[in-house]
Amino acid sequence: MLGWELPPHNSGGLGVACHQLCKALSRKNVEIEFVLPYQAHHDAQFMTITAAHPQGVATVLKSGIAYDSFKYIYHDGHEEWVDLYGQQQLYERAVAEMTLEKEFDIIHAHDWLTFRAGLRAKQLSDRPLIVHVHSIESDRAGGDGGNPLVREIESMGLLMADRVLAVSQHTKDAIIRDYRIPADKIDVVHNSIEKSDLPELVEQNVYTYLTALKSRGYKVVVNVGRLTVQKGLPNLLRAARLVVQKEPKTMFLIVGAGEQYNELMELAASLGIGANVLFTGFQRGQAWRDAFTVGDLFVMPSISEPFGLTPLEAIQYGTPSLISKQSGVSEVLLNCLKVDFWDVQEMANQIVSVVQNDVLHDSLRDNMLHEYRRLSWNDSVDKLFGIYQQHLPEKVAV
Amino acid sequence: MSKSIVLYLHVHQPYRVRHYTIFDAGNASNYFDAPYDGRESNERILHKVAEKSYLPTNQRLLELLHTHPEFRLSLSITGTVLEQLEKWSPDALKSFQDLVATGQVEIVAETYHHSLAFFYSRGEFETQVDMHRRKVQQLFGQTPQVFRNTELAYNNDLAYWADQAGFKGILAEGWDAVLGWRKPNYLYRPSYTQNIKLLLKNYKLSDDIAFRFGDHAWSEWPLTADKFTHWLNSDVDAQTYNLFMDYETFGEHQWHESGIFDFLNHLPEQWLRTPGNDFKTVSEAIDSFEPVDTLDVPQTVTWADTERDLSAWLGNSLQESSIKCLYALEQQILGSEDWALIEDWRRLQTSDHFYYMCTKWFNDGDIHAYFSPYESPYEAYMNFMNAYHDLRFRLIQKGIEV
Repeated sequence: MLGWELPPHNSGGLGVACHQLCKALSRKNVEIEFVLPYQAHHDAQFMTITAAHPQGVATVLKSGIAYDSFKYIYHDGHEEWVDLYGQQQLYERAVAEMTLEKEFDIIHAHDWLTFRAGLRAKQLSDRPLIVHVHSIESDRAGGDGGNPLVREIESMGLLMADRVLAVSQHTKDAIIRDYRIPADKIDVVHNSIEKSDLPELVEQNVYTYLTALKSRGYKVVVNVGRLTVQKGLPNLLRAARLVVQKEPKTMFLIVGAGEQYNELMELAASLGIGANVLFTGFQRGQAWRDAFTVGDLFVMPSISEPFGLTPLEAIQYGTPSLISKQSGVSEVLLNCLKVDFWDVQEMANQIVSVVQNDVLHDSLRDNMLHEYRRLSWNDSVDKLFGIYQQHLPEKVAV
Repeated sequence: MSKSIVLYLHVHQPYRVRHYTIFDAGNASNYFDAPYDGRESNERILHKVAEKSYLPTNQRLLELLHTHPEFRLSLSITGTVLEQLEKWSPDALKSFQDLVATGQVEIVAETYHHSLAFFYSRGEFETQVDMHRRKVQQLFGQTPQVFRNTELAYNNDLAYWADQAGFKGILAEGWDAVLGWRKPNYLYRPSYTQNIKLLLKNYKLSDDIAFRFGDHAWSEWPLTADKFTHWLNSDVDAQTYNLFMDYETFGEHQWHESGIFDFLNHLPEQWLRTPGNDFKTVSEAIDSFEPVDTLDVPQTVTWADTERDLSAWLGNSLQESSIKCLYALEQQILGSEDWALIEDWRRLQTSDHFYYMCTKWFNDGDIHAYFSPYESPYEAYMNFMNAYHDLRFRLIQKGIEV
């Protein structure tokens, strides 16, 4: 498998989805070698994790999250910072070298960053290539076309692949729309969530202030995610203004970082709700999971969300969700509120309903929890296993 | 005709807010206690400024005051810096007291917390002016007679207030848009007032010292006391040259290496060489001259940036929203009668906090970035708002509705 990130060195859902998918696949005795572009420690006994280094490079270090630069340290001691685009080209070169040495049956490549490497490996080994689309460029660009260099790679990868996997019908439709790939070449393999991977809750919530406000009748609306155009947060803030007019004791907790961070802060201030919106920056661990527990409602207002794991993470901490209809997860979940990402009025309306109405809140929570308990990776992995077998009737090892 | 230099220096340090997160809110209320080696450490910054600026400058000023009995100086020193000097640099405080003890130095009135309270709460503003007066009386044995508002933020309303409050003079920026064809080198009477007189900063001459002195690209560089007094002497009918600037110009904004201390050393001697020239404190200037005209300033004028308005503090939505939030708590905070809480609220009113949130990054922005301990205006906003949320938390703990 060719991948770009795994927890805990992940920037978001891509790494989590890869990790959980592989873990579930390993239970079907699929042997996986997961090739990453950097060196780091990962806690994953169920597969082999390899760092792909181009020739002459001693080690590759990640500076932060997936979309940041990488630092290459060469055997001769010199160092070089490489941007994302250059990085995926170097990764391709390294995977090409590796292809000549390794034994494998199927190439499974996750998202455009690994597509060139996947194509090269297919060319050199003549093994089938399955490309797995967790998001496409027009999702990440918030509806616009996005970066033409990235689109070129996506287009080529999708055309040349033997099979295309999409994490939702929403994504499959987008692939057909943007790249004219025949529908019967694409399978939808929905993401899911691995319940045993949940971090344990500690009794004392780190959001002391919000907890105190809640005891005074305040309600908390939470969003967790990258603050990037795709995620649609300006609309949530515009809805927040309407909510606060109706229900002044509503706080909005925005957990995450991204290029819209400063813009959102200014927007909240200029909408006159600076005191109602809290920004925490990027969080992991307790501050991350306590954000879900402190919330009365989780909102995912994404403009285009290929899947969207966070509502599932929210409900496992007992917080119901309002999600945009333009998300893959809305295909899977029934017991949650759904709204068009652009319908600020309706978004506000639904938030106010939950904030004012404990019965609505509790029934959403209980029913969604019930639905969540039945979710697992098993169905998706069964489907994927079948696809592997179609491409390789004899022995399966990836 | 006799001409006077009115040299007035402004001494101020805020209580900078440390890196303060939402996870601190409700758990620790020590907003102003950054670790000593942190960028926002008030104690470390005060030590640095005392060493680079206050101590060496005061030593020279004291010598000058002794050598030239005609030398005069006016100072405004905020309550927040006086407290910090008491705590962390008693030597520097003593050196200010020594200056005032010569009888040649006058202290100017202002708000204790260097706040913009005048524009948000008249009651709170008057309390802070009163607090400052008492602090000055306690430490210097003087009662200020002349008022300056934070950042020289001035308009007709302020002049009217200061006149009613019994001040005999008030300071403002001698900004062209206000003066028109007139010069700042005379006394004026603010519109709608009876007794108070207005002294206007000569910003060209003041900024030659405060901003351009060390600039090698400036056509007049290097500026000597000789050249400077020559400029002043060549204007035949001026009354006062009002040189207003940050005290930290000496040794901090203009480093020792720029020659700023040599300039200061020679200025009195060069100026007093011409018969009829003298130095005056702000009160002496007000007592000696009569207003030549009335000055109408309906809109607020400050001494900052090319706009000379409040936009450096209140120009963007972050600044406007955060200051409104802060003053909206006034009733509950004062009602709590918790003096530690009230004091923290007042420290957050210091105008510097809003200055750090300024997003005018170009031109003037250079100056802003120089003075800010934060990486960005957004970081400043977040720290501030999280401290604000903690104030609310403390009110809630007391059972006060917010």
